[in-house]
Amino acid sequence: MPVLEVTNLQVHAPSGDPILEDVSFSLRAGEVLGLVGESGSGKTTTALALLGYTQAGARIVSGRISIGGELVEAKVEPLARRVRGRLISYVPQNPGTALNPSMRIGDAIGAMAETHRPDRPSPSIGAALAAVGLPDAPDFQRRYPHQLSGGQQQRVCISAAIVCEPPVVVFDEPTTGLDVVTQALILDELMRLRREREIAMLYVAHDLAVVAQIATRIAVMYAGRIVEEGPANQVLRRPRHPYTRGLLASIPDHIEPRILEPMAGVAVGIGERPAGCSFAPRCPMRIDACDQAVPMLRALGNGQLARCVRAEEVTTPPQRLIALDRSAPAEAAAALCVSNLRAEHRSRRETVVAADQVSFEIDKGRCLALVGESGSGKTTIARTIVGLHAIAAGEIRLGDEKLAPRARRRTRDQRRRVQIVFQNPGDALNPRQSVGTAIARPARGLRGLSATDAVAEVKRLLDLVRLPQRLLERYPAELSGGERQRVGIARALAANPEVVICDEVTSALDVSVQAAVLKLLSDLRHELDLALLFITHDLGVVAAVADRVLVLEHGHVCEAGPTDAILHHATNDYTKRLLAAAPSISHVLEHGH
Amino acid sequence: MGTAAPPVDPVIPTARRRRFRVFGRNPVVGFIVRRVTAGLATLVVASFLIFAAVQVLPGDVASIVLGRNATPSRVAALQADLHLNRPLIPRYLVWLGNTATGHFGDSSAALAQGSKVSVWQIIHTPLRNSLVLAVITILIFVPLCLALGVAAALRAGRRTDHAISLTALSLGALPEFLVGTLLIVIFFTQLKLLPPISPITPGETPFTHPNALVLPVLTLLCASVAFGSRLVRASTIEVLREDYVAMARLNGYPERRVILRYALRNALAPSVQVCAQMVQYLIGGIIITESVFNYPGIGTAVVQAVSIRDTQETAVIAVILAAIYILVNIVADVVVVLLVPKLRTQV
Repeated sequence: MPVLEVTNLQVHAPSGDPILEDVSFSLRAGEVLGLVGESGSGKTTTALALLGYTQAGARIVSGRISIGGELVEAKVEPLARRVRGRLISYVPQNPGTALNPSMRIGDAIGAMAETHRPDRPSPSIGAALAAVGLPDAPDFQRRYPHQLSGGQQQRVCISAAIVCEPPVVVFDEPTTGLDVVTQALILDELMRLRREREIAMLYVAHDLAVVAQIATRIAVMYAGRIVEEGPANQVLRRPRHPYTRGLLASIPDHIEPRILEPMAGVAVGIGERPAGCSFAPRCPMRIDACDQAVPMLRALGNGQLARCVRAEEVTTPPQRLIALDRSAPAEAAAALCVSNLRAEHRSRRETVVAADQVSFEIDKGRCLALVGESGSGKTTIARTIVGLHAIAAGEIRLGDEKLAPRARRRTRDQRRRVQIVFQNPGDALNPRQSVGTAIARPARGLRGLSATDAVAEVKRLLDLVRLPQRLLERYPAELSGGERQRVGIARALAANPEVVICDEVTSALDVSVQAAVLKLLSDLRHELDLALLFITHDLGVVAAVADRVLVLEHGHVCEAGPTDAILHHATNDYTKRLLAAAPSISHVLEHGH
Repeated sequence: MGTAAPPVDPVIPTARRRRFRVFGRNPVVGFIVRRVTAGLATLVVASFLIFAAVQVLPGDVASIVLGRNATPSRVAALQADLHLNRPLIPRYLVWLGNTATGHFGDSSAALAQGSKVSVWQIIHTPLRNSLVLAVITILIFVPLCLALGVAAALRAGRRTDHAISLTALSLGALPEFLVGTLLIVIFFTQLKLLPPISPITPGETPFTHPNALVLPVLTLLCASVAFGSRLVRASTIEVLREDYVAMARLNGYPERRVILRYALRNALAPSVQVCAQMVQYLIGGIIITESVFNYPGIGTAVVQAVSIRDTQETAVIAVILAAIYILVNIVADVVVVLLVPKLRTQV
C-alpha cells in the first residue's frame, strides 16, 4: 500500500509553457525514491508541487496527489498548507538561509510541533534534537542559526521536518552546500531515521552518485518528464534510457577512475521542448519514430520503467578506465614552483592563517589537483599565485623568475603567463561586455595585439573551446552556465598563458556539462602544453583530470603524490576520511549501501 | 560508504577573545558604552566647530552685536564682557566646561543692551514647545510609516501599493513651506476648521490650544512619512523574498504568522534605521514649519537669535540640537543591535 501516490502531475509556467508533464510515481513506507535530474529538468518543481507550493508564478494545472489515502488539494494553496508538516514536510537545500535568523532553534522546532499537532502532547525539544544527533542541552536550544555549523543547521531542519512524524518527507538536495565529510554524516543520519521510523523519503538531487548512496529506487527526470524509473541497483547497473546512460557515463568516480564521455548538445529549456521525445535532438540512438510522438513510460520487467521506444537496446556504458601511469617523473622544467607559502587574512581584531608551509611544483603539460574542504585555504592559495592576495611568507616562482606578491608589481609578461578561471562564471564575466569583448581584452592588453588581430584571435579561441561563432556578440546573461564557463576558459587562454589555475570551475555546473568542460580542459592541456592547477573538493573530478594531487586540511598539506597513490594507497588519516566519505557509484554497486 | 569517525560536527567558534573587552559578560552593554563614548567625543568636536563658527563672523563680533550703537567705548566694554579679548582655545574650553555643566551663560545681545538675561530663560519655553511638537509627530510617524510601508510591500505591484506610493511621492516632493501653506489654505481659508498660526502666548503651554498643533504636525508628517514609508516598503519587500519566508510557508504556518514573525520581525531592523534618519530630518524640518505657522518653538528662537547676532544663544541652541541628533543615532543603533541576534553575539 503506497504511502504517497502521484498521478499525472502537470505544472505550467506563467507563460503557459509546461514545466512538468505527466509525472506519476508512488512511494511506500520506508522507501527512498531518488529523483535525479539536471537544472531545468523539473525535479525541484515536482518536490515543491507535492506540498502544493510553486515558485515564481507557476501553476499546478492538474494532478492527483494522495498521502496515506488522504487527498491533497495541491491546486488551492490555503488548503494545501494544511497538510504541510502534518502529512508531508520539506527539508531545504540551503539550511543557513532557510532558518529564521531571529528565532532560536528550540523555538523553531517547537513551533512546528505546536502548529501541526496541537491536540497531542508535544515531544520535548530535547528529544527532537537528540533524534537527529544534536545535543539536547537547554543552552543549545537557545542558540540562533548563525551560531551553528552548516551540518548542524541541516540537522535542525531535518528535526523540524520529522517532529510531527509525517509519513512523507521531501529532501531537496539537502547536502549540496555541505562538505563531503558532513554530507556523509547527514546521509548516515537519514538512513538511520528511515530504518527507525519507516519514513517515505523523496530525495531530490542532481548528483547521481549521492543519490546512489541512499536511494532504494531512482527516477530520472529530463525536460519535465520522468524518463526512467526503477530499483536503484537496476537503474545504475543497467540503464534503460539513453539519457540515464549518458549521465552514468559522465559521472566521475574516484574509486574506479575512468574517462568521462560527455553528451552532445545542451539541455532543453522550458518552452523549447520538441514535439516528440525531448531527448531526441541529443540522442545517439535516435530514429524517426522518436520525433513523431512523446514515448510512453512503459514497464520493462524487473520493476523498471523507461520512456524510450528503443529501451531494450540501451546498453550499460562501457567503463574506459584511465591508464594510471602518471607516476612518471618529469624531465621538463617546472612551470610553476611554490615554496613554503604562507597566506593570512588580517582584520582589525585578529589574523587568521589561511595556508601555511605549502609547497608544490607543476610541470608543463601536467595537472596538479589541490583538494580540500571549504576553509582549507585552496582558494586563497590560488589568489596568491595570481597576485590578488599578498603572501605573508614564502616564494612563488614562474619558471626561474620570482613573482612579486601583488599583481600590480609584476611585469606584464609575468601577469600574462599566469591566468585564472573562476568558480562562478556568472559572477566572473562582466555583464556589460559581450563575449567577444571579454575574450579580446587579455589578448589586447597583455599580448599587445591590434584590434584586427584580436578579432581573429577571438574567433580562433571560440573554436578552441568548442563554442559557436554566433556567440561573439552575445552577453553573458544570454548564455547557459556551461557556455559561460567556456567563455571564461577562452578568456584565460587569450593571454597565451603557461599556467592556468582552475578554481572549482565545474562546481556550479551540471554533471553532463561538467564532463564536457573537463574533457575540454584535458584536451587543451595536451594541445597547448599548459600547466594546470586544478582546485576542487570533488575527488571524482580529481581522478578524471589530475596527474598529481595535494590534499589540504585547514591550510596545511596533509599528503601529496601521484593521483593513483593518493586515491588508492593513501596514508594520511584525513585523506582516508575524505576518500571514505566521497560518494561513488561503483562502490555502491559493489558493496551495497 | 559509512565513515569510521564519530558523528560530531565541528562547531563554529563563538566570538573570539578580543584584546580590549570593557564589560566581559554582555557584549551589548559593551557596545552601548562604546557608542556613548563615541557620541560624546563627536559632541565635543561638534561643539568646537559650533563655537569657532559663531566666532568667525565678518568684522568685529562686538560691533556687530551692538549694531548702530557701536561706539568705541561700548565696543570695548562689550568685548570685556564677552571675554573677546582672550585667545580662542582657553575661551573655548571655559565655554565648553560651562555648557557641559548646564551653565548656558547670558545672551550676548542682551549684554549689548546692557541687561543680563540668561540663555536658558530665553530658550527653555521654546525648547519645550518644540519637543511637544516633535514627540507628537514621532509618535504618529513611526506607526504610520511602518503600517503604510508594510501594506504597500505586501501588495507590491497592485493598486494599493500604487496608490500609497503615488501619494507618498507627490507629497514628499513638495517642500515643507508649500505643504504648510496648502494645508492652511484648505483647513483655514476654505474649511475654517483650524487656526493658521499658533495663538500660543508666552506663559501658555501648547496644550491650551490643541487645535494649533494639528497643522504643524500634519506638515511635518507629510514630508517624512512619504520618504520613510518608501524605505520601509523596500526593506520589507526584500525580506519577503528571503528563503526563510518561503520555508515558513512550506512548513505550513498560517500566512498571518509568516508575515508577522518571519517577515516583519526581520524587516524591523532596517526600518528602525529609516525611522532614525527621519527623526533627524525632522529636527531640521521643524525650523521651517515653525516659521510657516509662527509656532513659538526652538526653530523660531534660533532664527531670531541668528538674525540679531546673539552668538551665545545660537551656540547653545546648536549644541543642544547636535546632542539630540547624536542621541537619536545611539538609540537607533542600540535598538538595531537588540533586534538582530547576529549582531548581539558578534558585536
